[in-house]
Amino acid sequence: MYTYDHFDRQIVSQRVAQFRDQTLRYLDGKITDEQFLPLRLQNGLYIQRLAPMMRIAVPYGTLNATQLRKLAHITRKYDKGYAHISTRQNVQLNWPKLEEVPDILAELLEVEMHAVQTSGNCIRNTTADQFSGVAADEVEDARPYCEIIRQWSTFHPEFAFLPRKFKIAVCGSESDRAAIMMHDIGLQIVHDADGNTAFKVFVGGGLGRTPVIGSLIHESLEPKHLLTYLEAILRVYNQLGRRDNKFKARIKILVRAMGADTFKAEVEKEWAHIKDGELSLTTDEINRAKSFFVPPNYAALPQQDMQALALESADFARWLQHNTHEHKVSGYRIVTLALKTVGVAPGDITAEQFEAVADLSERYGFGEIRSTHQQNLVLPDVKQADLFALWKELVELEVASPTVGTLNDIICCPGGDFCSLANAKSIPIAEAIQRRFDDIDYVYDLGEIELNISGCMNACGHHHIGNIGILGVDKKGQEFYQVSLGGSQGLDASLGSILGPSFAQTEVPDVIEKVLETYVNLRQPEERFLDTFRRVGIDPFKERAYA
Amino acid sequence: MPNIIKDQQICDDNWQVWRDAETLPETGGYIVPLALWQSNKDALKALGDVAVFLASDESPKALGADIAEFELIAVDFPKFADGRGFSYGRELREQFAYKGELRAIGDFMRDQLYFLSRCGFNSFALENSDIEESLASFKDFSESYQPSIDQRLPLFRRR
Ligand code: HEM
Ligand code: SF4
Repeated sequence: MYTYDHFDRQIVSQRVAQFRDQTLRYLDGKITDEQFLPLRLQNGLYIQRLAPMMRIAVPYGTLNATQLRKLAHITRKYDKGYAHISTRQNVQLNWPKLEEVPDILAELLEVEMHAVQTSGNCIRNTTADQFSGVAADEVEDARPYCEIIRQWSTFHPEFAFLPRKFKIAVCGSESDRAAIMMHDIGLQIVHDADGNTAFKVFVGGGLGRTPVIGSLIHESLEPKHLLTYLEAILRVYNQLGRRDNKFKARIKILVRAMGADTFKAEVEKEWAHIKDGELSLTTDEINRAKSFFVPPNYAALPQQDMQALALESADFARWLQHNTHEHKVSGYRIVTLALKTVGVAPGDITAEQFEAVADLSERYGFGEIRSTHQQNLVLPDVKQADLFALWKELVELEVASPTVGTLNDIICCPGGDFCSLANAKSIPIAEAIQRRFDDIDYVYDLGEIELNISGCMNACGHHHIGNIGILGVDKKGQEFYQVSLGGSQGLDASLGSILGPSFAQTEVPDVIEKVLETYVNLRQPEERFLDTFRRVGIDPFKERAYA
Repeated sequence: MPNIIKDQQICDDNWQVWRDAETLPETGGYIVPLALWQSNKDALKALGDVAVFLASDESPKALGADIAEFELIAVDFPKFADGRGFSYGRELREQFAYKGELRAIGDFMRDQLYFLSRCGFNSFALENSDIEESLASFKDFSESYQPSIDQRLPLFRRR
């Protein structure tokens, strides 16, 4: 994991002092509300329906045990003893007090954390595949490059007041687990024909009210050019992105309006000035970044027979199948902790759970934890021989719901219970669906399905790219829900198609049930929901849902 | 005579901003809109000292070779959240090698001084905060990751 040197520590500590001073000046009336807005947003603080909310950065979803213990302490001391894992791998507090935020930031600094640029119209926290460094299908570890991007984007003097927020995601595996096509910039690490590392650069993806899939503008960017090329993209966007209408201000709108080819030509023009300049990455710097992510001391272990392991118990076998993934090192397995307990908002985690997970990460790994954009946590390095013992502890902790990747692994935004932009509540919809489909065998029979819920068209819950998407809409002051089908993330990303007129809250579980029945009736052996949908189209679903 | 911040010191300043893009001022000593400059170059030069400002949708590219004629170029921030001027500053300094005074005018705020100076601005007609107190903001950070006008090497080349 990356560790701060005195430069990093000094920069973050001066940031804490700066924000402490800004907060005091604001409370003294020397800064207007309007001026304070971007200052607090760029320190993770935004004001919502019930209280300020605070977003703490988890750079590319990587955490250690000490940090989890600190988060537990912070939620107890400054909040109500729980926090929320967001769909961008960050940690969110629901009830901090404005005047205490500088103290929270100072506590975070003690464990090398911060809330820098987690909100506001700037370059946000860079996200990555949660299995980076351990995935069996990995081409190359994304984390060193994410850290390089983190440093470049942190307090970038030119790009702190962009037309709109800007999100970068990096994926280093064959299967994209970071939704890179849905980001302002998506980077995919590939090896070229000679085995050299390169990036495919996608630009202009995004969700929100105008969902767009990113366009490829560079096939094979050499790592040394990474930062100069990003800088050129940002400079074009900063100058040409629309500022007259905040709903048209994302880079996706600019790329669409110009056309990806023209946009690319502008970037190349800008790049020509800075390419091979001081910002070009040196081999030393790339190696320095990589030195923080060398594999830990894995034991030399034989691969265990998973089917034999599964004989321990039927419940364990289910969990093993759904909540663990193949590790690149023999004898190890990646374990996902499901934060999807029925009756608890998806992604919520208590102080006690934080502490318990910290302990588990040390006893069953190297003290490292990942957060995922599906709002779960991951223990990346578990010995296969320890899986059964770990599972028993996870069951006690209520983070072993064996539903990762299934219908019940719902992604859900805070919605109307917390968010002032919401058209409708989303958490109760998630709960109603989880309760309706509580027959685990039926859920398994349905196989891989992603169900995503957003409380409004800002799409924090990624509803456009859910195989089933649910969107809260306002119909004459009433909360209604629009259902869409066929969205997906990954390298063959697609946007969902709307099923038809929206439904009342109480109808939603029935409608989902009808959609699922239609799938079960039409599917071919082994066919996933998404593939059936792609084969038969929306009509059969529509007929059944509105029959 | 209004005070401005120049090279991190408070000093007197005689320049005034002329926002009318159609009528010429009667004397020199004004910072005029780009459009006025472009259509009245000789007349403006005849008045005496002249400087130009770029509106937030006017790239330095529009000034082209004229850049060398000015000892002062200003960039207007109609709203502090409009960050285009940050790119214009770097472009003027880095691509056009402009060496004269680069001034921020308009609605920018004290808490942007550090970033603005890293983008090449060295003078600030700050209107909305106490100018004495604001000097502290230049010292918000003593080190940065990115290269800038006063430190050509990014941090990773100096670690
Ligand atoms: C409750 C307070 C929240 C508010 C007011 C809020 C507001 C917004 C808005 C306005 C957008 C659209 C931005 C745009 O399209 O330009 C957005 C997008 C987004 N939000 Fe939130 N959000 C909130 C909480 C969250 C939470 C808790 C998460 C994570 C679970 C989240 C994740 C996202 C994501 C991933 C997007 C990106 C969609 C895209 O790429 O356009 N938000 N949010
Ligand atoms: S999708 Fe809408 S309702 Fe949900 S958190 Fe985002 S802004 Fe709020």
